[in-house]
Amino acid sequence: MKKVLMKGNEAIAEGALTAGCIAFFGYPITPSSEIAEYMARKFPLLGGTFVQAESELAAISMVYGGASTGFRVMTATSGPGISLKSEGISFLAEAELPCLIVNISRGGPGLGGIQPAQSDYWQATRGGGHGDFQIIVLAPSSVQEMLDFAMEAFDLADKYRIPVMVMAEGTLGQMMEPVIPREKVTQFIGKPWAINGCKDRKPNIVNTLHLSPEFLEERNHVLGDKYKVIKANEQRAETYWTEDADLVVVAFGLMSRIVKKAVMEVRKRGHKVGLIRPITLWPFPVEHIKKAAETAKMFLSVEISMGQMVDDVRLAVNGKAPVEFYGRIGMIPSPEEIADQIIKLAEREGF
Amino acid sequence: MKIVAQRPESLTPAKFHYCPGCTHGIIHRLVAECIDELNMRENTIGICPVGCSVLAYDYFNFDMLEAAHGRAPAIATGIKRILPDRCVFTYQGDGDLASIGMAEIVHASARGEKITVIFVNNAVYGMTGGQMAPTTLLGQVTTTSPYGRKVEETGYPIRMAELLAINEGSAYISRMSVNNPANVTKTKKSIKKALQTQMKGLGFSMVEILSTCPTNWGLGPMDALKWLEENMIPYYPLGEFKVKEAL
Ligand SMILES: Cc1ncc(C[n+]2csc(CCOP(=O)(O)OP(=O)(O)O)c2C)c(N)n1
Ligand code: SF4
Repeated sequence: MKKVLMKGNEAIAEGALTAGCIAFFGYPITPSSEIAEYMARKFPLLGGTFVQAESELAAISMVYGGASTGFRVMTATSGPGISLKSEGISFLAEAELPCLIVNISRGGPGLGGIQPAQSDYWQATRGGGHGDFQIIVLAPSSVQEMLDFAMEAFDLADKYRIPVMVMAEGTLGQMMEPVIPREKVTQFIGKPWAINGCKDRKPNIVNTLHLSPEFLEERNHVLGDKYKVIKANEQRAETYWTEDADLVVVAFGLMSRIVKKAVMEVRKRGHKVGLIRPITLWPFPVEHIKKAAETAKMFLSVEISMGQMVDDVRLAVNGKAPVEFYGRIGMIPSPEEIADQIIKLAEREGF
Repeated sequence: MKIVAQRPESLTPAKFHYCPGCTHGIIHRLVAECIDELNMRENTIGICPVGCSVLAYDYFNFDMLEAAHGRAPAIATGIKRILPDRCVFTYQGDGDLASIGMAEIVHASARGEKITVIFVNNAVYGMTGGQMAPTTLLGQVTTTSPYGRKVEETGYPIRMAELLAINEGSAYISRMSVNNPANVTKTKKSIKKALQTQMKGLGFSMVEILSTCPTNWGLGPMDALKWLEENMIPYYPLGEFKVKEAL
């Protein structure tokens, strides 16, 4: 298909539509609002549903209702909105309802600012709401991936009956790049559990209350076992020049593209540096990091936060090498700034 | 042999867990009878709240969903917008609807969502052990208003039916009571009217039903019915507050 120039937020909305999403429920917040606006323009023409909810609490509850009918539905917001949606995300995870949740992230805490940030990493990868649960989190790094990951998110959501989040820095939502549109999805997984009227079958129940302690434990094991399967099958990352690297930098999202530039520059100057770009933030690509840790002498996590993913890098490296951190918040580190940081470490360590 | 009374098809054989004298059970039966009589069981989706009726999914014999506290009207919105020909109703208590879920109910009504809300007002938080609700009467003793509800501290009980009747999106709003057989009959008629309003696509519909909580009121079943009649009905007048005729 012919390339078209698209804004990241539009690409994610277009990806969702291409994947067969038929409803959007959301509440405006910068820098995510273009997704809602795009859907508000498209759905009346396509015959889908757009509802501007009274709050993110209501929006995620509408997603809960919509997803329970078995159709593909979504919401999009930014960090403060995810905080409110956390109630619903916990319910969606336990009821095993597939859906797409988008976080076009900005800096916090509190109202923070509208600058791009990655400081919702813990919120996204630690479940965000109450109880023992996880959701799959995908981190695109280009406008093309905004479209592609929205589609993939729906497939993963249906495959595992799990809410899937696409999390991207605000910049990715706002910037434009050429994008190849994809073929429209028309085949969907059957959903015999959906509530849509009990004609010719027994009633279905969507529920998260388990008063019997034995059954509650059983339910947690069901979820836990599912998470193990996802961890085994769905870890994704891109790796560059890690085979001979003394220092491996880890960065995700748009940040990983800036880091890639820095790493290429530093390699030109003779330092053996590699890059791992986690694509799935949960499940974290532990296997890729473990493999690199067999030979690398040091890791550096670069993030637009005070240091969140660095925890997961440390867990994956498991003491095999020191793990350093470099990050800024409110500001995006430049390639030069990161190159300087890498060289400083390389010179200090003598590699 | 002629059958004169039987369990509605829309109720399962499960035994209600409600306390003796609690009128939640009567209200369940009325909803089930109406859905049977409208021949809508296989077309209906019910949403239960967080509250004493959280287990209503065990009692209603059709597709059911259990909501987060107060969010039932938003969940109903998500379902109804995608499946507009289904009958979608929520069943909510006064803590659920008039406190934590106030935003969801007001906006569902303002948007004119074509859903039906069965609102059970028992002037107290039943499930959590009898704390004050937004509908608790002035002077009423609860575990969190142990000296009686005082205006200076907690303001006034909220009249939800009147509040929602103001919204243009509301097509049918009433307040009924199940304290005696005559009122039970009227309540059933009103529930049916609300469900028909929804199926005709006229807009949002709600039946507020004054209900007893003998356990947390500290009264026997008969005294509870009397207390409802003498204290609740004077503050919460019965009747229809909004009846939108066919468009
Ligand atoms: C977010 C949240 N807050 C608080 C609770 C605890 N809780 C459970 S039921 C309930 C009150 C229910 O009262 P009401 O809606 O009046 O229904 P009733 O039990 O009287 O029928 C509360 C506060 C909860 N489950 N979730
Ligand atoms: S606590 Fe009150 S509302 Fe709950 S079942 Fe008992 S009597 Fe009914």
